[in-house]
Amino acid sequence: MTTIEAERAVVPSEPFGGGSAIRTTELTKRFGDVAVVDRLNLEVPAGSVFGFLGPNGSGKTTTIRMLLGLIAPSEGEVQLLGRTMPGRAAEALPRVGALVEGPAFYPWLSGRQNLERIDAAGPEGDAATRRTRIELALERVGLTAAGKKKYKAYSLGMRQRLGLASALLRRRELLILDEPTNGMDPQGTREIRNLIRELAADGTTVFLSSHLLAEIEQVCTHVAVMSLGRLLSQGSLAALQSDATPVMRVDTVDVELALGVVGARGLSGRHDDRSVSAELGGQAPEDLCRLLVEAGVRVTGFAVERPSLEDVFVSLTGEGFDVAR
Amino acid sequence: MLRAELAHLFGRRRVQALLVILALVPIGVVVAIRLSGGPGGGDGPAFLGQITNNGVFAALAALTITLPIFLPLAVAIVAGDAIAGEASLGTLRYLLVRPAGRSRLLGVKALAVVAFCVAAPFVVAAAGLIVGSVLFPVGRVTTLSGDTLSIASGAIRIAGAAGLVGVSLLGLAAIGLFASTLTDIPIGAIAATLGVVILAGVLGTIPQVSAIHPWLLTNGWLSYGDLLRSHVTWTAITRNVALQAGYVLVFGAAAWARLTTRDVLA
Ligand SMILES: Nc1ncnc2c1ncn2[C@@H]1O[C@H](COP(=O)(O)OP(=O)(O)O)[C@@H](O)[C@H]1O
Ligand SMILES: [Mg+2]
Repeated sequence: MTTIEAERAVVPSEPFGGGSAIRTTELTKRFGDVAVVDRLNLEVPAGSVFGFLGPNGSGKTTTIRMLLGLIAPSEGEVQLLGRTMPGRAAEALPRVGALVEGPAFYPWLSGRQNLERIDAAGPEGDAATRRTRIELALERVGLTAAGKKKYKAYSLGMRQRLGLASALLRRRELLILDEPTNGMDPQGTREIRNLIRELAADGTTVFLSSHLLAEIEQVCTHVAVMSLGRLLSQGSLAALQSDATPVMRVDTVDVELALGVVGARGLSGRHDDRSVSAELGGQAPEDLCRLLVEAGVRVTGFAVERPSLEDVFVSLTGEGFDVAR
Repeated sequence: MLRAELAHLFGRRRVQALLVILALVPIGVVVAIRLSGGPGGGDGPAFLGQITNNGVFAALAALTITLPIFLPLAVAIVAGDAIAGEASLGTLRYLLVRPAGRSRLLGVKALAVVAFCVAAPFVVAAAGLIVGSVLFPVGRVTTLSGDTLSIASGAIRIAGAAGLVGVSLLGLAAIGLFASTLTDIPIGAIAATLGVVILAGVLGTIPQVSAIHPWLLTNGWLSYGDLLRSHVTWTAITRNVALQAGYVLVFGAAAWARLTTRDVLA
């Protein structure tokens, strides 16, 4: 066993509450009168890659700050790896790697020196293996060559990578990554996705926030959607997708007539001047099609579409990608 | 972590520059005295007059010259930046998530500031001693009462004086550290800390408030001069040490109460 493996092997694996890596109960944070996070009940299963989605300003970073004990909840409770935060932070945090609201390092130090300082600042960072661990972490995020450069000379993408390297200095049970691909080019984003897959395959639970669904859709097993501080939905990706009701669309010149038929079946149709669409809400599309034709609607096209996850996300959050507050 | 913090603090260009400036101040003054051919009489700062006879006194003069402004300025910069500087960079949140532990982080920061408070007057005294002994004749130290001390005893007393100046700065350091936990803007904490020294200095000159004079932060700052009597009188020195300890206790506790409960949003 190399020293690095030895270091990894000492990670305590005391079982935690009901297989949840993170659990919040009615978690609330108010700034003044505004509930920026409003009665949040999050449940992040151990071993999942959990996408924490929401438009800018929906309260993701504020939630993450409470998870990590940086700020105190106004109400409610956080369990991190089965430990109540912030009371038992000293037990939980050594097993958690985090990136919060972007990377932050000392501009006058090199990437390597920055990692040395942060590793020396807490428990479980064996000085004997520090150099090796730093090199491995830099290599994982593709910064080996830039490691001796001063942080102030780093691009935003490189800074994010250094932040990730810092979260990977030791083996962690849980990674909490707040918008880790912010400021990265498509290539970098792809690399981070692959890195997250690797980590998850290793058994690390990854909690990942983003305002861009497309970026994390491909790696997540679970998703929670936030809007204006509220949790709109959470669950496995598959469940969220199947919750979305299919929509039928009929292309026709008899728009008024078609709307009447759809309305008679209790569906609320939307239309433009050559088509009508409506959420099916459990009705069989073949019956609707027959009714339309029997009513004399001249059908030029008929389709049933399941909305993309993106549509679900937009319909859940309402505002889409606009800044919420 | 303390060793890493000390290396981090004293490795910073800014801190090194502060120490260099602190050394340059007495060097400049002593050189100026040498060039002008004498202290020019009158009542300048203590010990300045003796430099021309004995260069060793330059170490004491250096302390006297830097104590009112330069040393407090340097301590305010280092202490005021201790926590607020990390907050403004955003590194505070990563230290806390590491987890460094809030109390432990404050403790380590406090010890590093103490190290600076001690190092700074020694740098000043050493710079004075070196330039004084190069430019002026060196001899045994004559006490304020007129006796002469052995070289060893003189050296010990000068070191003691530097140490006492360091202790005198601790109350200010604690105020600076407390201010540093209040804000995410280091310059704000530094300015507030300097404001306290200036206020104490001003109040100290107003006879109408003489009732509070004994409790002012700066009240006993010059008590280290008592070390240079042939029979050292300890009352003023002890009182100053106790007063500084009081300030450290009060503001240290306030800093702890603040840092362990505050929301870290930066
Ligand atoms: N310190 C603060 N004081 C007041 N409001 C804040 C503070 N921090 C964040 N907010 C507000 O809380 C809301 C959520 O912010 P944040 O958690 O950063 O959102 P997200 O990370 O989802 O973009 C925003 O409207 C923001 O303006
Ligand atoms: Mg955010």
